[in-house]
Amino acid sequence: MSVLIDNDTKLVVSGITGREGTFHALNNQRYGTDVVAGVTPGKAGQDVEGIPVFNTFRDAVAQTGANVAMIFVPPRFAADSILEAADAGIPLVICITEGIPAHDELRVYTQLQRTGTRLVGPNCPGILSPGKANVGIIPASFFKEGNVGVVSRSGTLTYQIGNTLAQAGFGNSSIVGIGGDPVPGSSFIDIIELFQADDQTELIVLSGEIGGDAEERAAEYIADNVTKPVVAYIAGFTAPPGKTMGHAGAIVSGSKGTAAAKAEALEAKGVRVGRTPTEVADLAMEILGK
Amino acid sequence: MDLLEYQGKQLFARHGIPVPDGRPARTVDEAVAAAKEIGFPCAIKAQVKIGGRGKAGGIKIASDEDEAREHSAAILGMDIKGFTVHEVWVETAAPQIESEYYASIVFDRGAKAPLIMLSTEGGMDIEEVADNNPDAIATLHVDPLLGFQDYHGRRLAFEAGVDADLVRPIGAFLHQLYGTFIAEEALLVEVNPLIVTPERKVAALDAKVTLDDNALFRHPDNANLRDPSDEDPQEQMAHERGLTYVKLDGDIGILGNGAGLVMSTLDVVAHYGGAPANFLDAGGGSKAEAITSAVEVILSDDKVQAVLFNIFGGITRCDEVANGLIEAFKTLEPSVPFVVRLDGTNDVEGRKILADAELPNVHTASTMDEAAQKVVALAKGVPA
Repeated sequence: MSVLIDNDTKLVVSGITGREGTFHALNNQRYGTDVVAGVTPGKAGQDVEGIPVFNTFRDAVAQTGANVAMIFVPPRFAADSILEAADAGIPLVICITEGIPAHDELRVYTQLQRTGTRLVGPNCPGILSPGKANVGIIPASFFKEGNVGVVSRSGTLTYQIGNTLAQAGFGNSSIVGIGGDPVPGSSFIDIIELFQADDQTELIVLSGEIGGDAEERAAEYIADNVTKPVVAYIAGFTAPPGKTMGHAGAIVSGSKGTAAAKAEALEAKGVRVGRTPTEVADLAMEILGK
Repeated sequence: MDLLEYQGKQLFARHGIPVPDGRPARTVDEAVAAAKEIGFPCAIKAQVKIGGRGKAGGIKIASDEDEAREHSAAILGMDIKGFTVHEVWVETAAPQIESEYYASIVFDRGAKAPLIMLSTEGGMDIEEVADNNPDAIATLHVDPLLGFQDYHGRRLAFEAGVDADLVRPIGAFLHQLYGTFIAEEALLVEVNPLIVTPERKVAALDAKVTLDDNALFRHPDNANLRDPSDEDPQEQMAHERGLTYVKLDGDIGILGNGAGLVMSTLDVVAHYGGAPANFLDAGGGSKAEAITSAVEVILSDDKVQAVLFNIFGGITRCDEVANGLIEAFKTLEPSVPFVVRLDGTNDVEGRKILADAELPNVHTASTMDEAAQKVVALAKGVPA
């Protein structure tokens, strides 16, 4: 198995008629993902390389049975698009869009708690279940199927760690980018819970970064609920306090939220923390090599 | 984006929050004119985005025109903890104060809801109050979809121990503060002190506001409040070009794509004994022009002795990065060595473009560790 996306995924893409939306939707399709529909208001009846476009998510779901949505629209339209997908009953929405206003994210998060829809992202690279499906912008050719589940706040850092693992001979069950925004739809805990229950996953890699307390919360959760080995990486040991490092979430204020504090919290709960991406792969090898 | 005190107060005033009358001034003459308009005594307050202005001599009371001239001349241009004062706020001298309270609303990422805090122990460092007497701060999370209700205000006021006759005005004040927080899409609004006058009126005597940069497209007036003069020249240049750049103290210029990877690159360079000169995230989908711009920003810091490109392409295509670097070499002719590591989308094409271009003093690396080790050696003057 894998988590969240697999051979049963039927993907609908919001923003499919935009330049990046088209490029990545077709990329996902070439990988083998079943891309069943696109949504662009006013463009119903058109198609993108044979993928039918609908005016609304409701129409797309009714006509194609889409069960996963990918959001690829500009930030000012993204919150609305996520809410529309949820309203159409789509159980999993993956939002790639970067730069969504924080108050929009707050409203979306709160509303989704009241529906059955799970959001991954925003400002994330998506999800890859090697050999099954790819939804988002993760360069899939670098990864193969295997038993390591990866969950990460950063996109490119996910590729870096996944690639280092691949070079060491490991494959992945799923790679989940949860995004670097202040209000992510899914937390480390949400995804770790899925990996713990997933038969294919034998080792979980958590890739965090400075800011917030998501890693500290994950450490507590792991200690109480996770029996599989977990290896972690934290980016931002050398980041100066008070500066926003690109990700809206990555700001260190005061003593909390530092990389050192996060590494300490994880290590205190028995999670081993690599100091470089290469060290993470070394730790993984050590654990799985036995 | 952080606002200056007076910008915050003007924002408050637009939402009906009572603030003392005042005028901003950038020169001594402007300040004197403002003081005469407002009347004496008045306060001349340095406008800088750092606390402790009063202790540093940045807030003075003027009782006549001569004093207004003298104080504004002293304060304008003053350095407060590394911040130069470019502007003062001339304000009617504090009305009679009976009590000083504290009120704030923060965007609580952990709880995923706005958090309102109210305390009757205002006028001092709230973190000290939180440490020494946490019970003195009443707190409440508001459901973002329900919004502020009158009972929220009553509950906070009663729990904070506000006098019975002030429960209603304080509740109304918090309601307006919440309205400001939502309408302006703030991440923080803080009033310290929130004053109570002998006439039992309340007003915001200070204002600290942080706005969400991502929401500025909906608030063009607020977007205009950005003050380029308080940004570092390199940071300003990067900002104009839409790049995320943070200046650091070292001598190794860093460019990467994606915030996490760049942070990790800084760590790995430090791990191998180097000192990064900057954080620069060229962003997802970095195009050739963005790369050229980024190189220009990095090289404008003359401390830079060597530059590391660490790219793992997802949405970014390595061939675009390679073309951008070639273009940068044509226009900028850098004199420092570069180490380039390209992996991910179109990496084979990117590496070939770079190899064919035969740029002077550009070294390639196949892993992040190798790239970091090479650039650290080059920055120390060791030939690769």
